[in-house]
Amino acid sequence: MLEVRDLECVRGDHRLFRGLNFTLHAGELLHLRGSNGSGKTSLLRTLCGLMAPADGQVLWRGKNIRAIRDEFFNQLIYLGHLGAIKGELTALENLRLAGQMAGLPGEEDSLLNAIAKMGLAGREDLPTKVLSAGQKRRVALARLLAHKAKLWVLDEPFNALDVKAVDLLKTLIAEHVREDGMVILTTHQEVEIDTGKIRHINLDA
Amino acid sequence: MTEPSLITACRSMLARDLVLAMRRRADVLTTLIFFLIVVSLFPLGVGPEIDILREIAPGVIWVAALLASMLSLGRLFSDDYQDGTLEQILLLPHPLAIIVLNKVVAHWLVSGLPLVIFSPLLGMQLGLNAESIGILMVTLILGTPVLSLLGSVGAALTVGLRGGGVLVSLLVLPLYIPVLIFGAGAVESAAAGLGVEAHMSLLGAFLAMSMVMAPWATAAALRISLD
Amino acid sequence: MAFQNSIIWLYFSSPKNFYPLAGKLIPVFAVLAVVLTVIGLYIGFFVAPTDYQQGDSYRIIFIHVPAAWMSMFIYIVMAMYAFVGLVWNIKMSEMMASAMAPTGAMFAFIALWTGALWGKPTWGAYWVWDARLTSELILLFLYIGFMSLESAIDDPRRAARASALIAVVGVVNVPIIYFSVKWWNTLHQGASVSPTMAPKMAAAMLNSMMIMVFAFWMYSIAVVLMRARNIILEREKQTTWVQELVTNKK
Repeated sequence: MLEVRDLECVRGDHRLFRGLNFTLHAGELLHLRGSNGSGKTSLLRTLCGLMAPADGQVLWRGKNIRAIRDEFFNQLIYLGHLGAIKGELTALENLRLAGQMAGLPGEEDSLLNAIAKMGLAGREDLPTKVLSAGQKRRVALARLLAHKAKLWVLDEPFNALDVKAVDLLKTLIAEHVREDGMVILTTHQEVEIDTGKIRHINLDA
Repeated sequence: MTEPSLITACRSMLARDLVLAMRRRADVLTTLIFFLIVVSLFPLGVGPEIDILREIAPGVIWVAALLASMLSLGRLFSDDYQDGTLEQILLLPHPLAIIVLNKVVAHWLVSGLPLVIFSPLLGMQLGLNAESIGILMVTLILGTPVLSLLGSVGAALTVGLRGGGVLVSLLVLPLYIPVLIFGAGAVESAAAGLGVEAHMSLLGAFLAMSMVMAPWATAAALRISLD
Repeated sequence: MAFQNSIIWLYFSSPKNFYPLAGKLIPVFAVLAVVLTVIGLYIGFFVAPTDYQQGDSYRIIFIHVPAAWMSMFIYIVMAMYAFVGLVWNIKMSEMMASAMAPTGAMFAFIALWTGALWGKPTWGAYWVWDARLTSELILLFLYIGFMSLESAIDDPRRAARASALIAVVGVVNVPIIYFSVKWWNTLHQGASVSPTMAPKMAAAMLNSMMIMVFAFWMYSIAVVLMRARNIILEREKQTTWVQELVTNKK
C-alpha cells in the first residue's frame, strides 16, 4: 500500500499544497482533481519519487520510497504527459525496449498482444513518428498491459484518446483495480469508472 | 513479480541508443565533420608552413576534439528529456549511475570513436609523423571517453534549460583541461622523441577515476534536473 | 558536549534562526575587516622595507597574495557547504554556498588583475602563462560556471542544488587541474621565472601579508553573511516569519 504523510509541495516560490495525507490500499483507485496549476502533476511526480517533497514523505509498504527506489520502481508504471515514445522506433521496439530497460524478460507474444489490444494491430512495425497523437498515446498505454505492475500512476491518461480508446482504458483500469492493483490518475473531465473503491482528492479544496 | 535483470537493462540501453543514433545518422556525422572542419581551418589561419603546423598539430587536434565532444553533449539527454523517456529512465528499477554509464558509452561510440578513427587523417594533414599519429590515436582513445564522462555531468545539469548549449561549455571546458594538457602533451613528447609513459598512465588514471565518479554525479544531476 | 554542539548547529541551520544571528555578526566582522585592512596596509606601505630587486612594485603582494589565497579557500569552503547541503538536504547550507560564490569570484578577479599589474614591471608583460596565474584564471571560470548555472535555472531550489553539485564536481577536479597546469608549465618553461618572494622575507612584509589575509577573511565573512541574509529573504518570502519581519519594518 501507498501512504502519504503530511506532504508539502513547493514549485518555485509557490506552495502548491501542504499537509496532504492519504493511504491507498490494494484494490483502490485514487482520482485526483484540481484546476490547472493546482499541483496534480507535481503530486504524481512526487508520488513516483521524481520530485522531492518540500516536506513529508511517501511510503510504500511502510518504507520511504527514496530508501527503496529499485524495489518501488519495479512495481510502478508512470505515464506522464509525455508518452516516452521514440519516433524513430516502431511501436513494438518502443514497447520491447521499455520492458528490457526495466530488466523484464520481454515475451514477444505478450507485447504483440498488448499492441493488438490497444487497437494497433498491423501498425506494430511502423516508426511511431508516422502515427497520430492518439495512436502514440495508445502505444504508451500498451505498456500497462505488457508490463505487469502493481501501481499505475497515470497523468491525464484520457487525453488525445477517442471514445473507443477511452472506454477501453476505463475497462483496463477497472480490471486492474479488481485484481488488487492500485491506480492513481488525474483527469480534468468527469470520468465514470466502473469499479468498487474510488477515492477522490481535490487539490483545490 | 520477477526480479529485474540489470544486465538486460544495460544491454538494451546501449542497444537502444546505438539504434537511435543509426536512425539519425546526420546527427552523428555533424560532430565528426565539425571536428574535421575546425582542424582544417587552422592552416588557413596560421599559414601553410608545415613546420609551424607540425608544432601546433597536437594542440589543435586536441582542442578540436574537445570542442567536438562538447558540442555533441547536447544530444546526450535532451532528446530523451523532450519525449519523456528520461523520466522513465529515472524510474527504472536499477541503479541510475550504471544506466547512465551505458548511455555515456553509447554516446562515446557514436561521437568520440569517430574522432579517434579520423584523427590520423588530420595528423597527416598537419605533418605529424607515423609514430606521433599512433600516439595521438592512443591519447584520443584514452581521453575522449573522459570527455564524454565529465561532459555527461554538465549535460545532465543543463538538460531542459534554455541556452543549455552555451552553459554546458562553461561548466565542462574547465574540467577538460587536464585531459587536454596530457593528451596534447603526450603527442608533443613523442614528436620530440621523449617518453610518453607518464602521460599515458595519467590519462589512464583520469579515465578510471571519471568512470567511477562521473556516473554518480551525472545520476545525481539528472535527479536534480528533473525535480 | 558534542551533542550540545550538534543541537546548536541544527538550530542555526534553520534560516529563521540564522537570519538574526547573521545580522548580529555582520557589524563585528565588518569592523574587524576595516581595522585589519588599515593596519595591514599601513605596515605594508610604510613599515615594510623596499625590496632590493623589485623596488616598491612588490608591495602589490599585500593585495595579490591574500586575494589569491582567499579565492581558493572560499571555493573549498563553498564546495563543503554545497556538499553538506546536497547530502543532508540542508537549505541553509546551499544558501551559504550561493552566497560565497560572488565573493570568491571577486577575489579571483582581483588576484588576476593585481597579478597582471605586478607582472608588467617584473616580467615586462601583463600576462604570461605562469602556472599560478593560469590556475587562478581557471578558478575564475569555475566560479563563473557556478554562478551562470545558478542564474540559468528558474526554480530556486533546483538552481541551488544543481550549482551545489557543480561546485562539488569542481572541487574534486581543482587539485587535478592545478597539478596538470603546473606540469604543463614546467614542461613549457620558457624565459619567464615566477616571481617568488625573497627567501628571507622581512618580518614586516610577512606581518602585513598575514594581517591582510585576516582582513580579507573578515571582509568575506561579513559580505557573505549579508548576501546570505538577502538570499534567505528571497527564498523564504512565502514563510510567515519573513512576512512578519517585512511588515513590522514598514
